[in-house]
Amino acid sequence: MGMTMTQKILAAHAGLDQVEAGQLIEADLDLVLGNDITSPVAIKEMEKMKVDGVFNKDKIALVPDHFVPNKDIKSAEHCKCVREFAKKNEITNYFEVGQMGIEHALLPEQGLTVAGDVIIGADSHTCTYGALGAFSTGVGSTDMAAGMATGKAWFKVPSAIRFNLTGKPSEWVSGKDVILHIIGMIGVDGALYKSMEFTGDGIANLTMDDRFTIANMAIEAGGKNGIFPVDELAISYMKEHGTRAYKIYEADADAVYDEEYTIDLSTLRPTVAFPHLPENTKTIDEIKEDIAVDQVVIGSCTNGRLDDLRIAAKVLNGRHVAEGMRCIVIPATQKIYLQAMEEGLLKTFIEAGAIVSTPTCGPCLGGYMGILAEGERCVSTTNRNFVGRMGHVNSEIYLASPAVAAASAVTGKISCPCQLT
Amino acid sequence: MKAAKGKVFKYGDNVDTDVIIPARYLNSSDPAELAQHCMEDIDKGFIDKVQKGDIIVATKNFGCGSSREHAPIAIKAAGVSCVIAETFARIFYRNAINIGLPIVECPEAAAAIDAGDEVEVDFDSGVITDVTKGTTYQGQAFPEFMQKIIAAEGLVNYINTTQSHADLG
Repeated sequence: MGMTMTQKILAAHAGLDQVEAGQLIEADLDLVLGNDITSPVAIKEMEKMKVDGVFNKDKIALVPDHFVPNKDIKSAEHCKCVREFAKKNEITNYFEVGQMGIEHALLPEQGLTVAGDVIIGADSHTCTYGALGAFSTGVGSTDMAAGMATGKAWFKVPSAIRFNLTGKPSEWVSGKDVILHIIGMIGVDGALYKSMEFTGDGIANLTMDDRFTIANMAIEAGGKNGIFPVDELAISYMKEHGTRAYKIYEADADAVYDEEYTIDLSTLRPTVAFPHLPENTKTIDEIKEDIAVDQVVIGSCTNGRLDDLRIAAKVLNGRHVAEGMRCIVIPATQKIYLQAMEEGLLKTFIEAGAIVSTPTCGPCLGGYMGILAEGERCVSTTNRNFVGRMGHVNSEIYLASPAVAAASAVTGKISCPCQLT
Repeated sequence: MKAAKGKVFKYGDNVDTDVIIPARYLNSSDPAELAQHCMEDIDKGFIDKVQKGDIIVATKNFGCGSSREHAPIAIKAAGVSCVIAETFARIFYRNAINIGLPIVECPEAAAAIDAGDEVEVDFDSGVITDVTKGTTYQGQAFPEFMQKIIAAEGLVNYINTTQSHADLG
């Protein structure tokens, strides 16, 4: 029986010719990732293991990014724990403030994730690297500890859903709208335990940043991973950002999929996920009422990349945020920050009345840098709009693209750039 | 493996890790401290009501969202002996097994059991008994490999005894 792209990568890393859905395997890991929230728990667990250090100091990435620069004493203690562990174990890829960025934007940029890899990360959005044709998935701290110690992880081989993408997205429609549309269609558990495999000639019309956004939110449909075929664009991205050898795997022609969907990208509209689930989607045309907004966040591992900032700046250029609006822009890495500065995007944001922050996950998970009070509403380019996610349990998050977020900052209500005068 | 017995706390679909343990408390990794805020954003008085051995029952996609192991850690440290759900989000499922928090998938039990019912779970057979209603349900048994991790009370102990995950059953 044919294998999916994911199954082929897993089989190769388990030393097997063939695997099938449901099979339990042990796979070799190319990279093990953790952040300042999950690594301290993993480090504590690893100390209980009868092992002498990490399996490979070059194949572990530690990225303090959630509550960094330290938001309080407890966060500082967590970061200190990670820093000391990195030093003691001579971890090559430890990223201190000044070098760090939001992990899932940073690691591909550093060339640490390439096609054909098996990657686990103690962060649910580790699935992002599927954009480059890697198998990558989120795990918890104990799996991270076991991965750091042994270089291996156990997996149940997933079945897959295939999304055949055709056509070209229209203006103001981006990767975020594609994935929100899909989550709205299949639900927050629509891909539970499964791979989301994207195929089709429409992929050629998606930028790398679009693909990172789409793969990033596979977890929001319950997916184990999201994965794209490796094309010229992905290859040139990998060559530009690193030197590691990549390996291209393709799904067999007779691979079996649990379900198949065809999505014509040209028919998609700017899409917004209403509180309190990413599946509660409406297109901009379906939103008839005025929804007043107090805050806009443009950033995160989902939408803090250069394309995202360029789109936001295009909308905000020559305009100003609405009176009383708090608009927070967070470039995801230092490199993106610098590029945005050189391109004049930061000037556009500041002149429009937005603030620009150092890289941090802060507001996305209600850590700091933009917590919501009772009754407040935020349009956010982040990935989750659960109850209390960004602050008070009676606050509301509307998930959207950078284009919609920026337009909403200007009008003070949920808007599309096409509605701006 | 031993059985669990306790009073049921019942929740609906998509109980996410942000309501199980809000991120504003993730500047701590101490189980006892995390337990103090367990379920706070969905059931404010949970930690005052829960007794050692009590059971959480929910419908589909329990534990969706973040990979934070703090979620099953908080539930376990709050004294909960087992979580029964129609389905679990996959990272939560792994994490619960890895830290030794027993979980059982059983759509029928998840639908029928009510809050406050006295429920017993036999982990060897997967049989769930609603003592209050006098009904029984067959939960899904774990693959042998996962049973070994649970029996060792977590992945760390399991790896310490085997030096690998290789015994996949």
